Amino acid sequence: MSMVAVTAHGHSLGIVEHPGPASKRIITGYGFWIFLLSDIIMFSCFFAAFAVLMGQTAGGPTGAQLFELRNVAIETIALLLSSFACGMASIAADVRNQFWFQVAMVVTAVLGLAFLTIEFREFASLIARGAGPTRSAFLSAFFTLVGCHGLHVSAGILWLFTMMAQVYAKGFRADIQRRMLCFALFWHALDIIWVAVFSVVYLLGSMA
Amino acid sequence: MFGKLTLDAIPLSQPIPLIAGGVVLVAILAVLAWVVIAGHLPYLWKEWITSVDHKRIGVMYTLLAMVMLLRGGSDAILMRGQLAIAYQSQGFLPPEHYNQIFSAHGTIMIFFVAMPFVIGLMNFVVPLQLGVRDVAFPTLNSVGFWLTATGALLVNISLVVGEFARTGWLPYPPLSELTYSPTVGVDYYLWSLEISGVGTLVAGINLVTTVLKIRTKGMNYLRMPMFCWTTLASNLLIITAFPILTATLAMLILDRYLGFHFFTNEAGGNLMMFMNLIWAWGHPEVYILVLPAFGIFSEVVSTFSGKPLFGYRSMVLATMAICVISFMVWLHHFFTMGAGPNVNAIFGIASMIIAVPTGVKIYNWLFTMYGGRIRFTTPMLWAVGFMVTFILGGLTGVLVAVPPADFLLHNSLFLVAHFHNVIIGGVLFGVFAGYIYWFPKAFGFRLHEGLGKIAFWFNFIGFYVTFVPLYAAGMLGMTRRMQHYDIYEWRSWMIAAGVGTALLSIGVLFQVAQLVVSILRRDELRDYTGDPWDARSLEWSTASPPPVFNFAVMPEVKTEDAYWEMKAKAAHGEPQPEIHYQPIEMPRNSPTGFVCAFFATITGFSLIWHIWWLVIAGVIGAFVTFVVFAWRDSDEYEIPAAEVERVDRENIAERRSLVTAAGSV
Repeated sequence: MSMVAVTAHGHSLGIVEHPGPASKRIITGYGFWIFLLSDIIMFSCFFAAFAVLMGQTAGGPTGAQLFELRNVAIETIALLLSSFACGMASIAADVRNQFWFQVAMVVTAVLGLAFLTIEFREFASLIARGAGPTRSAFLSAFFTLVGCHGLHVSAGILWLFTMMAQVYAKGFRADIQRRMLCFALFWHALDIIWVAVFSVVYLLGSMA
Repeated sequence: MFGKLTLDAIPLSQPIPLIAGGVVLVAILAVLAWVVIAGHLPYLWKEWITSVDHKRIGVMYTLLAMVMLLRGGSDAILMRGQLAIAYQSQGFLPPEHYNQIFSAHGTIMIFFVAMPFVIGLMNFVVPLQLGVRDVAFPTLNSVGFWLTATGALLVNISLVVGEFARTGWLPYPPLSELTYSPTVGVDYYLWSLEISGVGTLVAGINLVTTVLKIRTKGMNYLRMPMFCWTTLASNLLIITAFPILTATLAMLILDRYLGFHFFTNEAGGNLMMFMNLIWAWGHPEVYILVLPAFGIFSEVVSTFSGKPLFGYRSMVLATMAICVISFMVWLHHFFTMGAGPNVNAIFGIASMIIAVPTGVKIYNWLFTMYGGRIRFTTPMLWAVGFMVTFILGGLTGVLVAVPPADFLLHNSLFLVAHFHNVIIGGVLFGVFAGYIYWFPKAFGFRLHEGLGKIAFWFNFIGFYVTFVPLYAAGMLGMTRRMQHYDIYEWRSWMIAAGVGTALLSIGVLFQVAQLVVSILRRDELRDYTGDPWDARSLEWSTASPPPVFNFAVMPEVKTEDAYWEMKAKAAHGEPQPEIHYQPIEMPRNSPTGFVCAFFATITGFSLIWHIWWLVIAGVIGAFVTFVVFAWRDSDEYEIPAAEVERVDRENIAERRSLVTAAGSV
């Protein structure tokens, strides 16, 4: 596409001419990437707040006393596997295989729901033990950061079911393929954030 | 059933908000009644409310900003009026009402005047300057606008149902915590900004993607008009800064609604974290506002000096430098926090460094004018007025960037004068210049020059008469946000500022008159050429107002100042290329944005008043709206080549007849 610009005097300037607007797939994917980056910035605020407030337990329990790393490990595995399943769904969408697409999406959803169940039980048990978010600034920051990620996963699962229904009803239309691209990006981004949550909140937090 | 909402929420005992609210309500109802009776409703719905055309959305953003400017301006008149008479007396505004007014004034002016004004102009102009047919995400664009309007609506509802925050335009804890602000005022603030913040973020994503991915053939980065560059920088800042605002306000919401301890005094909360986070958004925010204004001035100065912009590349560099450095100065908003001399010194130096690229810009504009054939039209007056005013504001800014000086001036009226100096002198002068400059492009006729010039002089002089006294009063130790005062030395300055506000108000009235008179006399002010200012960039190469598809054939760009080059070639009689018209695909209109904002309004209002069942209903409604949108089968329609050709030939014939008429004289 690119060509070298030539001035009126015939000198080559070596400028690569811009070829014109990008394709719809690139525009959609690019815009969604930018959204994800902004979302990561929002998370980074919650991370910053957690880092500031980590030691502010107000005489209440610390991370080391509260976190059960075994559960967190299971959560992590569930989420990483769900990303793998989501990748499979993307491949199935690329080759337009309805059956394997739906299977892979169901597996993604089941793993995502497993993650959410474990997280929900962790939250419930903390609150039952009197270590809810109102106990101390540390716990406020903890519940907000981890809960925000959980909310993203929940929204992702709602999106996932909508996506399944749409592919079932409309097939692999170009605009639906673009939407699937965005969903896959979203789901993988949640993994990236979880890796940071796992390291900063649970690993560093249980040392504190 | 209705949460905290009872009939007591309507402030029957306070005449000012009630009368103001009543007048606004009657005005809205009258306009609605007129629209319905005159049968304009289908037109409004089809052509504006559901429109996904970037030009229409840009105009609606601008209109929202201008209406809200009148609201924020009324607050300003009330405040300055109060202080002009409140020497050793209570004035006419009780403290709890005065506090709401200064909070609402700041919130409205930043979020619902300056933001929609710059976003509106960027929306309207940028695709035209890039030589393309629309933005990257047209429907999302509409969603973004309507969410911004939702935020503005919620702020205005607070006038008559409940009250607004009394905490200042940034709700510093612990004052904004439930303990000290138990009423719904802060909640109105929080939810309207959360909702409009989503709208702004959407606009930012949209415009960055547009500039980076949707440019016409040959529109290399270093051929983009300066306004596109400043749009890019400003929207990059939106994407990086607005999530911080969303997160910070979310933490305050959690504190207030669920008893969390982010910023509370007890249980380990850290209120200085709020200051850090909010200003990590807040300082980039001022550059989000002023960078597009810099872009407007670049276009205006270059056009009306009849010269290409001086130092184009240094201007690009300065813009992007400001974009980066603006994230490294936030602590200068609270030097008095006591972060220690080293930290304060670093942020003080960074704050002075950011004045350097701004200085580069000023010199570039001056050198653009130097040796040029300058036409002092209204936009150019605003641009020159800006240069003088902004330099003064910049100098006082460097002054408060010195930490020891700041310890004396912090939270004084000197600071108030400084930021009004840069925001009015920078942003407001800029958007006014842009509004007058691009108005003929949007509507096909010019604004009345005479009235515009009178408006400029009243505003320009009124600005100085209002804010120079505030610098003086600040030097005399007067702090901001005082409802009354007992010190005699301040009194004359407060009266002078009151007089200045009267001048500013007259200026605004002239601007309203300019718009009304121009609409009434639009036939004499009509622009048939599409290029009324003899300008340089691509938006002037199409008709005024542009057809829905902007360009019949997307232009191919070979140089900077692309349209100037085209005109020069045509003037030299170079043969025009044969035009091959193709059918054009355009996005279909969609009510998604409007319906979504409807549910956002319901959700926001019921969150403020703790009406939980309605919150759930609103969220479900918004989700259903998106699913319905996602389910539609065709999102585009085709304009046949013959229709494109008809529209374009008409435009070309009109222009040609003008050229031959001019040639025969």
